[in-house]
Amino acid sequence: MGVALLVVIWLITLISSYFFYTGQWSPLPLASAHGGAIDKQMALTMVLMGVVFLAAQLGLGLFVWKYRERSGAQPATYTHGHNGLEWTWTALTAVLFVGLNLMGYNVWAANRIHGAGPGAMQVEVTGVQFTWYFRYPGPDGKFGRVDYQKSDASLGNEGALGLDDTDPAAKDDIITGVLVLPVDREVDVTLRAQDVIHNFNIPAMRVKQDAVPGLMIHTHFTPIQTGEYEVACAELCGLGHYKMRGAVRVLSEQDFNQWMAERQDEKQQQ
Amino acid sequence: MSEAHAEAAVHAHAAPTGFIRKYIFSLDHKVIGIQYYFLALVAVFVGMFLSLLMRIHLVWPTAHLPLVGEIKPETYLTLLTMHGTIMVFFVLTTAPQSGFGNYVLPIQIGAPDMAFPVLNMLSFWTTFLSFVIMLAAFFVEGGAPLHGWTGYAPLSAIPSAGPGQTLGADLWIISIAVFCAASLMGALNFITTTLDLRARGMSLMRLPLTCWSWFITAILGLLAFGVLAAAGILLLLDRNVGTSFFVPGGLVMTGIPVKHQGGSPLLWQHLFWFFGHPEVYIAILPGMGVASQILSTFSRKPIFGYRAMVYAMLSIGLLGFVVWGHHMFMSGMSPYSAFAFSVMTMAIGVPSAIKTFNWLGTIWRGRVRFYTPMLFAIGFVSLFVSGGLSGPFLAQPQLDINLHDTYFVVAHFHLIMGVAAIFGIFAGTYYWFPKMFGRMMNERLGQAHFWLTFIGTYAIFMPMHYLGIAGHPRRYSQLTEIKFLEPLMSLQEFITIAALITIGAQIIFVINLFWSMFKGPKASVNPWEATTLEWTVPSPPPHDNFGGRVPVVRHGPYEYAVPGATRDFVMQDEEQPVQMHS
Repeated sequence: MGVALLVVIWLITLISSYFFYTGQWSPLPLASAHGGAIDKQMALTMVLMGVVFLAAQLGLGLFVWKYRERSGAQPATYTHGHNGLEWTWTALTAVLFVGLNLMGYNVWAANRIHGAGPGAMQVEVTGVQFTWYFRYPGPDGKFGRVDYQKSDASLGNEGALGLDDTDPAAKDDIITGVLVLPVDREVDVTLRAQDVIHNFNIPAMRVKQDAVPGLMIHTHFTPIQTGEYEVACAELCGLGHYKMRGAVRVLSEQDFNQWMAERQDEKQQQ
Repeated sequence: MSEAHAEAAVHAHAAPTGFIRKYIFSLDHKVIGIQYYFLALVAVFVGMFLSLLMRIHLVWPTAHLPLVGEIKPETYLTLLTMHGTIMVFFVLTTAPQSGFGNYVLPIQIGAPDMAFPVLNMLSFWTTFLSFVIMLAAFFVEGGAPLHGWTGYAPLSAIPSAGPGQTLGADLWIISIAVFCAASLMGALNFITTTLDLRARGMSLMRLPLTCWSWFITAILGLLAFGVLAAAGILLLLDRNVGTSFFVPGGLVMTGIPVKHQGGSPLLWQHLFWFFGHPEVYIAILPGMGVASQILSTFSRKPIFGYRAMVYAMLSIGLLGFVVWGHHMFMSGMSPYSAFAFSVMTMAIGVPSAIKTFNWLGTIWRGRVRFYTPMLFAIGFVSLFVSGGLSGPFLAQPQLDINLHDTYFVVAHFHLIMGVAAIFGIFAGTYYWFPKMFGRMMNERLGQAHFWLTFIGTYAIFMPMHYLGIAGHPRRYSQLTEIKFLEPLMSLQEFITIAALITIGAQIIFVINLFWSMFKGPKASVNPWEATTLEWTVPSPPPHDNFGGRVPVVRHGPYEYAVPGATRDFVMQDEEQPVQMHS
């Protein structure tokens, strides 16, 4: 039985570690500027926890095999422990866990405590069961007033958000169903929700933040690669949660400007 | 303590003779413990059945299942909600604490019963009522709620938010509030019993670690369930009376303007997780106690660092109350508070590591006997390590950006508070079964059950880490809408097949349990050659546990392999001298 435990515990440990090590299931290829620091901290944590995982599990397998009861074996050692050892591993784990934590703080601070830079592009993202709306403030740089209580999804994107046309700042607001962004420019996202809590998650960008009704929450990131990316809602929001998908299209600056000009022309003609 | 108290409790109720007073409305802590255990057994099978339906739906979404038919996305969410709620409350809280704690704690401390036998009976029947109300949610119009076991507002607060969010959600809240009342009664009873009814000589530092774990768990329950009950009542008021604790103004739900204004969805999360995080320890602490007990017994060696184990459990309990915010890193609360919650969460890693080291230290240079309880205790340690080490990932807010609400989280908490806790329950079942029913369980069936469950558990939950790292969100009822999930389908299929086999293996346990109850070989007073007081009384123990005798405790709980002793174990109440050295 001791041998079986040794073999099974070791096998489980080594096979699991192998798949972590090969990284065949890894986060999506990175597409944002801040994500590198997150991935690095993730890799560091993986190595440190991996060492502890291997040591504890391999030790457990070894001990149950080595100290199994058999004829002629030594009797168990009568000991109630060792204070020096207790203090040693308490101190070591405290340094390991808390130290690891402190090392990552600048990553969090850069992402959440420091806001977006002054030149960041403003976008408002609104979660509604089970879709995302994206709003650009237009040339005036100001978002117009919205009143969700007046929203009517049958009137298109603007109606769905309850955009108040009597507000001058709302006249040039552009609302889309796809988030279109220029590459290499920081985006300052204002997150809102119309009904329940949603979560704006772009896995490839390492962006994740709840959109909470009644709150306006900011998050910011800089796309570094043109292409299409998926938004997947990451907070249980009701029966259509699984299909609350959004799209992010990152264009070159020139293409983006052209796209934006077209949207503004459309808006003028309305 | 006081013998006066102990004797008062003995005389409080004489052995009943009628069937109803003996087995149904019993005041005997042993009967109540077994009642709790069977309630949890029914609940775990309901909970497992729901998880099986979920797993099948995920990989074969259009499958027509017998009796159930095809599972729709909204049904999936009700399965998920009810699976989580039933498992957390009626299995992980009920079996290890109310079940084993009730049965074993009074005997281990040398008491004739719990401090308040009538309250004890009342707390069981209140729990039973709560379970009935919870199950009723399946059968009302609209069905069970779909807001997840965390019940985040406003989804849970507005009846029009989805199917099942009307009467089903009300029943869900009422059931939880009733459960809280039952748990508060139970917690008071455990705390009073531990402090007041210990036999002479049973100082706190001679308490078996099981008793320490039940005692600390009871304190956690006392502080946590009150808050949940209050939060539940506020939610019920929001839903039915028009108050606005959790719902802000200006919302539109399914096209209809909501009348509430001024509430905060984050308030619900703070109140819920103030309960919810300690609840994790309510589920796992008794398992730690049971594992310690069993590792020492079957390694034939005193527990390594008894005092450190006690202090580690106390620190885990204490820290458990100041870390709830780590569930809310992505919630939009102040990013500064994430620092505090994060560092305190990482700090829990320290006492957890102390426990792991001391379990390994207990086996080290022991003489390990591989009976089934020991196999499950070893499995517990392994799962505790695997489940625990994903904690430091989730405790760092910056990594939570990748991992929050993915399958990585599902893997983490299932390993640590789900299966590790259930391994504690299994270990306890195989260990105390001879005492509870006077018969031995079958070893071969026990071993088969262990191997299938141990390997199966890893096969289910280890791959979930890979899914989570790859960004797979949890609580998705269908995986067809998001492109980056396509390559992960084969892993999901693997998990479902592993789940089918592992859940199937539990039939071996049920057969062993019931067969042994009636047909197992008779158990002696102390079949495992253990040292604590429950092994000094007949199997099963008489009505007042010690047959009128008042035990006197002379040793710590884990005196194995004592040099110069006549056997390799010294019972706690034995008069044999033990030369203590550390």
